[in-house]
This record gives sequence, structure tokens and C-alpha cells, in this order.
Amino acid sequence: MTTVEAPPKARSRPRINPFAGIWRRPVPAAALVVVVGISVAVIFAPLLAPHPPLAQDLLHTLSGPSANHPLGTDALGRDVLSRLLYGGRPTLIGVGLAVLVYAFFGMSLGMLAGYLRGWTDRVIVAVLDVMLSVPAVIITLAVLAIFYQSNAAAMLTIGFFASAGLARIIRSSCIALREELFVDAARVSGLGPARIMARHILPRLTGQLLVPVFLFSGNALAIQTGLGFLGLATPAPAPSWGGMVGDAAQIMQQDPYLLFVSGGLIGLMSLSFGLVGDGLRDLEQDRRQATGGRLRRPVPATAPENAAKPSDGAVLAVRDYSIAFATAHGPRTVVDSISFSVRPGEIFGLVGESGSGKTVTGLSLLGLLPPNGAVTSGAAWLADTRLSGLPERELQRIRGSEIALVSQEPMLALDPYFTIGSQLAEVIRRTAAVSGRKDAVRERIRELLTSVHLRDPDDVARRHPHELSGGMLQRIVIAMALAGSPKVLIADEPTTALDVTVQAGILDLLRSLRDEHGMAIILITHDLGVVADTCDRAIVMEQGRIVEEGSVEDIFYRPRHAYTKKLIESTPSIARTEGRIA
Amino acid sequence: MTGTPILKVDGLAVRYPSRGFRKPPTTVIEDVSFEVGCAETVALVGESGSGKTTIGRAVLGLTPVSGGRVLLDGRDVTRLTGRARRLLSSDLQAIFQNPYGSLNPALPVGRTLAEPLLVDSARSRDEVRAHIAELLRRVGLPEDAADRYPPQFSGGQRQRIAIARAVARKPKLIICDEPTSALDVTTQAAALNLLSELQDTLGCAYLFITHDLAVVKEFAARTLVLQHGRIVEEGRSTDVCDRPQHAYTRRLVAAAPVPDPVLQRRRRQQRTDVEAATA
Amino acid sequence: MLPIILRRLALSVPLLVVVSAITFVLESFVPGDPARTVLGINATQEQYDALQAAMHLDQPVAVQYWLYLRDLLQGDLGSSLFSGESVLGLIGQRLPVTLALVIGGTVLASLVGVVLGVYSATRGRFSRRLFDIVSLLGSAVPNFWIALLLVAVFAVKFAFFPATGYTPFAESPGEWAAGLVLPVISLSIGGVAFISKVTRDAMMSTLALDHIRTLRASGIGPTSIIWKHALRACGLPVVTTIGLMMITFIPGTILIENVFTLPGLGTTVVDATNQHDLPVVQGLTITFTVMVIVVNLLVDVLYSLLNPKVRTE
Repeated sequence: MTTVEAPPKARSRPRINPFAGIWRRPVPAAALVVVVGISVAVIFAPLLAPHPPLAQDLLHTLSGPSANHPLGTDALGRDVLSRLLYGGRPTLIGVGLAVLVYAFFGMSLGMLAGYLRGWTDRVIVAVLDVMLSVPAVIITLAVLAIFYQSNAAAMLTIGFFASAGLARIIRSSCIALREELFVDAARVSGLGPARIMARHILPRLTGQLLVPVFLFSGNALAIQTGLGFLGLATPAPAPSWGGMVGDAAQIMQQDPYLLFVSGGLIGLMSLSFGLVGDGLRDLEQDRRQATGGRLRRPVPATAPENAAKPSDGAVLAVRDYSIAFATAHGPRTVVDSISFSVRPGEIFGLVGESGSGKTVTGLSLLGLLPPNGAVTSGAAWLADTRLSGLPERELQRIRGSEIALVSQEPMLALDPYFTIGSQLAEVIRRTAAVSGRKDAVRERIRELLTSVHLRDPDDVARRHPHELSGGMLQRIVIAMALAGSPKVLIADEPTTALDVTVQAGILDLLRSLRDEHGMAIILITHDLGVVADTCDRAIVMEQGRIVEEGSVEDIFYRPRHAYTKKLIESTPSIARTEGRIA
Repeated sequence: MTGTPILKVDGLAVRYPSRGFRKPPTTVIEDVSFEVGCAETVALVGESGSGKTTIGRAVLGLTPVSGGRVLLDGRDVTRLTGRARRLLSSDLQAIFQNPYGSLNPALPVGRTLAEPLLVDSARSRDEVRAHIAELLRRVGLPEDAADRYPPQFSGGQRQRIAIARAVARKPKLIICDEPTSALDVTTQAAALNLLSELQDTLGCAYLFITHDLAVVKEFAARTLVLQHGRIVEEGRSTDVCDRPQHAYTRRLVAAAPVPDPVLQRRRRQQRTDVEAATA
Repeated sequence: MLPIILRRLALSVPLLVVVSAITFVLESFVPGDPARTVLGINATQEQYDALQAAMHLDQPVAVQYWLYLRDLLQGDLGSSLFSGESVLGLIGQRLPVTLALVIGGTVLASLVGVVLGVYSATRGRFSRRLFDIVSLLGSAVPNFWIALLLVAVFAVKFAFFPATGYTPFAESPGEWAAGLVLPVISLSIGGVAFISKVTRDAMMSTLALDHIRTLRASGIGPTSIIWKHALRACGLPVVTTIGLMMITFIPGTILIENVFTLPGLGTTVVDATNQHDLPVVQGLTITFTVMVIVVNLLVDVLYSLLNPKVRTE
């Protein structure tokens, strides 16, 4: 039996209840309380209201808050609180109806289209497109022109047309779920469509329903009260929230108080719907990213207390260098007191598996750590310049002209919206001492693209990134890094995303560029084959520490650390004569 | 190879209809034929776009086949769908590349492992539980892993879970689509060891799809090299790697770096000499 | 790009058919004498006759609709049951007010929204939280109430701007503009919140992308990175959002015009609804739908101009 690393301690099952965790966030929790509280108060209006909603007291009109009328009276002396409680009924009934229709049509249309695909899908998508292009509020007015002052007819119309938006969301998550590898795996395991639907798809979709429902409730509320304001949804003396705003607007010149009470309640309710929806979405995102909680930034190292500039003629030196990241469980050190020196003109390997801290080390040298990371001790020097703690403006000057980067995914490394030529031109103008003259820049672009062995550089310069292959793009990224003639080039897994035949070409190129320009290259990689092929010296990192350092011959033929030996043994080799595994 | 092959692929073709008007369909696979013997490991090697993954999916019935036949244990399964296809799951299983995507993060590991067992409902709950415990032990995970969720495991552990699911019903053939390419090398070695152990005890065959010739040489008995949807070379893995015949295979072999600086320098010199000669 | 436009135009045909049919379909659900039911008991005999004639209510619904479509294709939308004015003439007269509101609101909301969004994307965590709440407030609170509050403060209390009414541009451009300031602001507030939120989110995810890191690693400064490269990458979601927002502004004008009593399509449609003036309601429904179609078409064109993959195909 093979041994494996110890599995994690059993934890409670991941929460699937979408409301779980909302109580730990004050704002959405308060909003949920408001939504539920107001709804309950409106439902129990007959029990809670101090006066009948239509009872007039013409001696006390516009009285302002008093013991008898907690929120005052309106222009006809009717109790405002009672009218608000009763007036919420048509409003909330309307919103409820709209939401029901919205959820029903949204779910069923979305699932039908997303799961059945084919012709059903095409027809439904066309219908949804039409529904989404219909100005629903106008149609609602047309409905009201025929079904006069029918709150129900109006809100059902609103819910129906809005459901197209929900159906689209449900359809695309349904399709995305169907494409998930775990659904394929379930099919290969022999599960039928009904079981796959019930186990893998439905639970996810219903979880996604809640956020749009809350956000739509806010919209429906605004529309319902708007119709009430226009006097289209509720016949006159009966109270409704929108109608009360309308009444208040009539007497705004004399007394704006009622405008704030009635409109404020609508605003509060509508805002609360939105806040609950947003809160639920944030929770969902946190669950997906499995972070959550407040991140505390690690404290960056400030004074150069413990580290003196090394004087070994290195082009780049790192001393007692630590990097930490903020996580939900406090700062986590990912690079732990490492020191190394890179000499001019050498290719220096930073070798390790995932989690070793090699990429983070490389990015930190350029001042490009993500916002939640920081160098917490030690320093790095580029020749005589202390990089750590340098202000952003200084770093910006150094980046590209003194130290440059080639990253892992050439397909993503270039701006998709600009041509290769214009991106190179921007970097050339910024870094090189080329005068702004157009043909000088164009000449330099040609020169750079030729130096990375691209045929027909003029044609390449006119293209957008998506028209070129991964290998060509990586050459362009390298050309871009060369534009400022840097002393140090950091290449972060430059060939990992490429096919092996393309990889060989890129590694050849890096080697020849080093020979021509004499710059140092820091090659970050997990692949010992690449190290053996390209590097002069290397360090091997394991979980943030350096376990081995030396020339590649030392590392491969005289490894001292057990981890290095294990790494070498585990790396498959096409040249190995005896098969390790039968 | 002796006896009937467990898998026989004969003239397989997969074409996708083009989106444009009157454009010819895109050919992904054309005229691919090969066999996998019982308890044998056959590797399908190719670079991106070679169609290697499509072949695996076509055998599994996850991609529609445009031409040719797929025979599993002598039976034509090319166009099986629905229940008949589902019943194949006792003989034919798969391990996918991405151990993060192939397990539903919302289901406990035990329920995922129970899925292949749901197909014949004859088993009792206790039997299923005992079976899952046995599977977990076999792939080197503790029994209580069944109650935990995929996000709580590392990549290597998840791939073990995926392997456990694949062997749950002792299939005769497992399609392994880049099963280790998302793993670190040390984890990869352990996963490959596990796969060969399981092959020894269960006697299953592997169709091993990969881009990495070095892994192939150590893991597979025979190798097929794929380029642009066609097989360009076929033979014993050691022959393919040590004495490649086709020009493309030679390029692939020459380009693969080896973890040995002196030897690699020599190989690189040979490769650049050849490139200079052909240029 | 052409196929996208053609697809949109092809979709707009069934859309217009559905929209123009809606009143006819609904009316067929009304039991008894539709003209009577629709007009209510207070209607005069002339109105009753006018509705009968206008909608051919003595014919089956399908025939009514067919006759309506035939007139529509000849550019005849019928005439109002009340004023007897031609519906087309009415639309021509009221459209400029609504268009001024929609276009003014869109321009204002887009400019302010994009700048706010970019600004908040590049600030710290606290200001982002604050921004979230303010933007939610802007998008959640109904705009007719905001409009009323603006009137209460800027028109009633300080008298900076007229509270209601409308001066045609031809009469006095200055008064025309002054009269539109508050309506345009109230219409755009929700839009500002919407646009700035989308811009902020798009900007933040763009700034985390690899190609932005490449630019930073090449020493390109923050101004070019944010306002040239990142904003360009946000172009697609932001343009889509501006289009969506503009579409919500079209019916949004209804409430705003009523608050400020502007003689636009919105006040007209509400009056017509209250008066059961079906020909006017139908004509306006179609007009609003055409406005939505035009906006969608504009978004499609912009979208394909902004997307290099669509452009080079």
C-alpha cells in the first residue's frame, strides 16, 4: 500500500442552506429582519392598526406624530400608521404574485431549455429574447387599460416578462452543470438522466434561485408602488403605499413630512430586499472561494534592520526573505527566510512543486504580489538598489527596464484588445531611449520580433493576440520583456502551458538570448527536465524553504536533501532504460 | 496479445458540424483503429489538438461518433444510448484529468463512491457502506473519508477518490484521460503506482491518454502516437520511445527534456543538429 | 457584425407582432361587450361608437387584429377616442420630450457611473463598502420618490429649477434645459448606481488578469493601465449595461414625466390608460417597443465594434 499525506480532520458538512451564515453579517441580517418584520406587520394589520384605514378625523388633519396617531394624520385626518399597515397589503400581495410567476416561469423555462437542449432550447431562447425585449411596464399599462385598476393582472404581467431574465440564468447554469466533469463521471458510472438531475443538477439550481428572487422583489416593489403612485393599481380611497406617496406629493408645498414617511418606508423595504439579495450572493461567493471572514494584511518589513547589502557581485540578491499572505485564519507565511544570489549572465532555476513559494518569490521581486501579500522580513537587491520597500513609482521605473517578467499563460499575457504592435510600441516608448518618432518605434518593433525568431514581424505586429498560437505569443511576451534591455528576466513557468515541441523552441530561445544579451534569467519551474536542459544553477524549494542549492550537476548528481532525491526519482524520463513501473 | 481484445476501435471518425454556412465539418478524428488487450495498458499520446481526449470520450459515449465502430469485449457499443449504455458501466469506467472538477463538491465522498453501485439496486445499505470502506482502504484513504467533502482533500487525494470510483465495480477497462497531469510529480508517481497495483489485483485494462511520452514509457506496454486526429505510429512503448520511426514521433521524443543535465545536453545537441540539417 | 444585426432585426418582427397583438388578445378575454367593459359605465355614446369603429369590435378578434396590422403597415395608427387627434401625430409631438429625457439620462448616468466605478475600484476596502451601500441605495429606492425629494429641495425650498412644466426648445433653449435638469437627474440616479457597480466589478476583475500584470511588469504606469487597457477590457460589460439601463429608462420616463408633468409619451400613456383610450395605448406600446429595439440594435453594433474577435472574423 502506498502512503499518502494525512487527510484533513473531519469537518462539518459544507453548508448548502443559502441563509446559513447570514446572521454573522450585520447588514444583510438587519435587512432580512426588516423584510420579515414589515411583512408580518402588514399581514397582521387588522390586529396592529390603531385606527381603521379610512376613518377621517377632519379636526386633526396633518397633525404630525402624537400619542393617538404615532405617525400623524394625512390631509383628511386619517391615521398614517394604520394606512401604511393596510396599504402594504395590495403592495405586498402584488409583489408576492409577481415573484411567484417569476420563479415558476423562470425555473421551468430555464430548466427545460438547459436540460433538453436541441430544438426545445432554440425555441425557448428565441421566446426569451422576445420577452426580454418587450418593455414590460408599457405592456402592463396596456393590460391596465383593459383590466382597469387590477393590481393582480398588472403584477402577473410584470412577473411573467421578468421571468425571462431568471430563465436565462437558470438555463446557463444548467448547461454549465451538464458540462461539469462530475456529471460526465456520473454518466460513466451508469447513472440515468433522472438520477443525475436529482443528485447533481437540481440542488445547485434551487440554491441559485434565491438571490434573483430577492433582487426582483425590490424591482417589483418599485413598480407596484409606481403604479399606485400613478393611481393605476388601487382604487382611490383604499390605502396603498404608492398612492400615499401620491397623496403626499399633492400637499408637498405645505408639508413635506408625509412624503418622507410614505416614500421612506418604500425605500427602506426596497433597499432591504436588495441588501438581502446582495448578502446572499456574497455568502455564495465566499462558499465557493472557501475564504470568508476578515483578512488581516501581513505587516510589511520596513527598516533594513537585519539585512545588509551583499557584496558578492550578484546582479540580484535575496537575503532572509519572507513573504506572508493574509488568510481567513490570520497571516500565513509562504516563503520563509530564503537567501540566494543570481550572477550576471546565468540562468538560475527556482524549482519546486505547487505550494513551494517559487512563483510568489518571483512576483515579489517585481513588486507584483497580490494585495493580500507582503514581504515580511529581509530584502532583495537588484545590483545596488534595494527593491524591498521601494515606492511604487520607483518600482515602476525599474520594471521593464531593469527587471522583466515572462509569465505562464501566453494566451492570457497580452491585452486582447490591442494589436501586438501597439502593445510593443507602448512598452518601447516607456522603457527604451527611442525618440517618439514613429518609424524609429516601428524599426525597434521589427528588431525585437526578429530577435525572438518570428518570421514576418510586420505581419505579426498587425495582429491581435487571439490570431496567434501559444508558442508565437510566448515569443512576443519575451520580445516585450526584452524591450527595455533588462538585467534580469524572470520567467515564471514559461513553457508549462505549451506543447513539448514548442517548449523546446522557447527554451532554446531563452538560452540564446542569454548568450547574446548577457542578462540573467530566473527560471521558475516545477519540471526537472527543464532545469536540466536550461539552468546553470538552481535552488530547490519545499513549502517556502530552500532545501537544496547548487550547480545543476550538484543537484542532479549529488543531491543532499531527501526531498530533492525524491523529486528526481519521481520525474519520469524518456531516456531511462529500466521501467520503474512494470 | 492473446484472446479477444477488451476494446477494439475500428476506423473511428469524429467530425463536428461547422457553424458557418456550407463550410465542411471539422474533422477531429479520422480513421483511428487500435485494440486494447485484457489487463493491458495502452497509451494514446499526442499534443494539444491531436484528438486524444476525443477518442476517449467517443469510447465512453460522451461524444457522438461519425464513423467506424467501437467494440467492447466483442460487442458493438458505438451507438448505445440510454439504459443499454448505462449497463456498460460495470465493464467500462473512466478517470478524468481534473480531480477538482470530476467530483461534485456538494456531495460527500461516500455518496459519490456509491454512484456506480446504484445501477444494480440489489445491494443493501450495509453492503454498500462496507464496499465503500473497502474501496477507500484500497486506494490508501481512511474509512472516515466517506463522510467528508471533496474540497477538504488535496489534488492527489481527490484523484485517489476518482480512482476508487472507477474501480468500484471491477471494470474490465478504464479510460484514463490525463489522470496525473494536474498533479505534482511526487504525487503523480504515487498515483501511477496505485494504478499499477490495482491493475495487478483487479486485472483491468487501461487506455491511458496523455501528452507526456516519458510517463508512457514507464507506465504503458504499448503506445499509439496521434497527430491531427490520426495515428502516426504504434508499437511497444520502449520501441516508440527509444527507436521512433515516424518523423513526428522523433520530434516529440527529441523535444522531451530528461532530468539529467549531461545527458540532456547531448540530446539537445542531437536535436539542434537534426533541426539544422532539415531546415 | 452583419449577422448580428440581421438576427436582431429578425427577432424584432415577432416582437412587434406580439406587442401589437397584446391588446387584442386581452380584449378577447373580456366577457360580454368589450367596448362597454373597456370604457366603463361613465362613457358617452360617442366614445362607445368611436371605440367600436376604431377597433372593428363587431368583427372577430383575429379580423380586428388583421385590420389593425393593415393600417399599421400604411402608417396609420388610428386616432384618439377622446381628442380625435391622430395617434401618429400625437407621438410625433410628444416623442422629443421623452427622447431628451432618455438620452440626457443615459449620457449623465454613463459618464458619472463609469468615473465613479473606476474610482472606487482603485480605492481601499472601506471606501468600496461605503460605495456598495450608496449604490444600492441609488438603485433600490424608487426613482419617482427621489424625483419628489429633489422637487421638495431644489424646486420648492430653494427654487433653483422649475418644479413642473416644460418649455419647448424652440421657444427658449435656456428654460428648456433648466426644466430638464431635475427630471434627468432623477431618472439617472438608479442608472449611475447600476453602471458604477458594473464598472467597478469589471474593473477589479480586469486588474487581476495576467495581461495587466504583463503591462505592470513592463513598467507601464497606472494611468495607462487603468484608463486605456483595463477600461478597454471593461468595454463589453459596461456597454451592455448602459444598453440595459437605457432600456429601463424608457419606461422609467413614465413616472418621471408624471412627477414633473412633462408633455412626453409617459404622461400620454398614463392618461390614455386612465381613459381607456385603446388606440393611443396601442400606438404608444408600439412606439416604446421600437425604441427598445433601436437601443438593442445600437448595443449590438457597439458590442461587435468593441470585440476584436467578432471584428476580425
